[in-house]
Amino acid sequence: MPHFAIIAVSILFDGLAYAMFLFITSVGLSVTMGLMNFVNLAHGAFAMAGGYIVVTLTRTLGIDFVPSLIIASVSVGLISIPFERYLYRRLYKATDLEQVLLTIGLAFMSIATFTYFYGPIPKSVPLPEWLQGDINLGFRNFPSYRAFLIVLGAFLIAVLWYGFERTNIGAKIRAAVDNRRMAESVGINVDLLFTLTFAVGSGLAALGGGLAIQLFGLSPSFAVIYLVLFLIVVAVGGLGSLKGTLLAAFVLGVFDTAGKYLLADAGGFFIYAVTVAVLLVKPAGFYGRE
Amino acid sequence: MAASDTRSAARIEARERAAEYLVSRHRFRWPEALPWLIAIAAFFIFPDRMTFGGQVLIMVLFALSLDLILGYAGIVTLGHAAFFGIGAYTAGLLIARLGYSEPISTLFAAAAVAALIGFISGWFLLRYRGLTLLMLTLATAIMLQETGNLRSDISGGYDGLPGLTISPLFGKFDYDLYGHVNYLYVLGVLAVVFYLVRRIVYSPFGQALTGIRENVRRMHAIGSPVHRRLVTVYTIAAAIAGVAGALFTQTNAYVTLTVFDFDNSAKVMVMLILGGTGRLYGAFAGAVVYMVLEDYFSKLSPTFWQFGIGLLLVLAVLFARRGLLGLFEDAGRYFSMRKKP
Repeated sequence: MPHFAIIAVSILFDGLAYAMFLFITSVGLSVTMGLMNFVNLAHGAFAMAGGYIVVTLTRTLGIDFVPSLIIASVSVGLISIPFERYLYRRLYKATDLEQVLLTIGLAFMSIATFTYFYGPIPKSVPLPEWLQGDINLGFRNFPSYRAFLIVLGAFLIAVLWYGFERTNIGAKIRAAVDNRRMAESVGINVDLLFTLTFAVGSGLAALGGGLAIQLFGLSPSFAVIYLVLFLIVVAVGGLGSLKGTLLAAFVLGVFDTAGKYLLADAGGFFIYAVTVAVLLVKPAGFYGRE
Repeated sequence: MAASDTRSAARIEARERAAEYLVSRHRFRWPEALPWLIAIAAFFIFPDRMTFGGQVLIMVLFALSLDLILGYAGIVTLGHAAFFGIGAYTAGLLIARLGYSEPISTLFAAAAVAALIGFISGWFLLRYRGLTLLMLTLATAIMLQETGNLRSDISGGYDGLPGLTISPLFGKFDYDLYGHVNYLYVLGVLAVVFYLVRRIVYSPFGQALTGIRENVRRMHAIGSPVHRRLVTVYTIAAAIAGVAGALFTQTNAYVTLTVFDFDNSAKVMVMLILGGTGRLYGAFAGAVVYMVLEDYFSKLSPTFWQFGIGLLLVLAVLFARRGLLGLFEDAGRYFSMRKKP
């Protein structure tokens, strides 16, 4: 196979795996922001919490990686409910600035808490055998872990798509994103719906946090460093749009990977240049409402 | 007849009172001298802490520039460190690459470059609001940082530009080890810039900005050139942040790419919120309280400090939305009301 084709396939493969991570972690943020117009800068903290729960479960308690991911995701989803009910809810009608400040405050507090308990040094997780090493796809070997990410991402996309487009609750969420007042007047309990989506979104973020450990390592600064990426995915995709978040995760994931492969020095520049370009042309993102 | 007479009399009286308020509100009041007296007193009381004192005053200046756009015009930005960084690097590169180290003209150069970047980015970005604007301002700061990293042959990359020497002030006063000259220099610059900001805030232009913050649709409706006003104030604020950045480089004699960090943008915003937005002296109260607390607690435990500042933010949003100065005002009003009956 010619050299450039190998590079292209590698970029696409790694980019896709990266995109799946971005999608899984950001989709909850997108739906909650679309539903309540709430700028949640503590989303990265929920992802980080998930990551640390996975670290504790695998390292200290010796539970396998995949069950740990599930436990972490469910428990963070449950933990997030009181935050939504007692803190966030008070600020739905407040200004952007107040929401930014409250959630950045929460992010700082969580970073400090996790630094206190886990220290500032990056953590890793022990992977099961079948996720280590490479997988042969006929013409080239690919890392099994990234292949796992892509398969898991595809599965979650299918589940979310079905839930969003084909179930009663999904229809209610879409109705509430489109027109909250109208949805309330036809008897949809938007408050309850929002608590539910917030918990699911935070749970997915925790799953993303657990998956990220193998890719980037996990340190307490995760909550802020990767938060910027999640926010960018949401802004580029358009608030509250599943399709938009997926497209944005894919575009940004592949562009970022390509940038790092082809122009290592310019590394971080690409993803932001793409973001600015998209937002200048479409301020509400790919599928956002103008 | 009689009824309409009293009504118009009341109306005239109300109008006169409003006019009186508008004419008098920009006048100097004695409590305003207090922060400046404290700053001068600090010079004599803590002679061995003047390097730190200079840092505090620089952050006051930086927070003041953010107050113009955030507090008065209501532009929420997550990338104000971009302009601080531009100013810091203008000063740093002038010395390290061109060998030009005269301090005061450097400040003007830093202000000009930062204003230019502020004008260009503001022209494009200030048409947007909400999340889009937050992301675009954040991306601007990070792109500048990455540009610096890309051309590390010029900028020195993440190692920065160390060991910069600054020419004596006015060709006479050399920078001493204890930062005495530097403190007075920064205080002088702060006083000049503060005077300008005060003029801007109380001018019709400042009134228009407040109008845009409170109700942008109505400002559009009465024909106010909203976009032009926002770009103007954004450019001015960028220039002031650039001056603060240049002072930062001159005070520390080094500069690294961390000046563009998100942390720096967040920090200055926290200071301003802590002090109170849209009230000129909020920047003073917030920056001083923040810097002193940070200096004390981060020595004890940086983790503890970070938790504390997070908690402070959450509490400020929930219970003290108008900042420390707002709290004082409320307390003052409470006590004066208790006294009356």
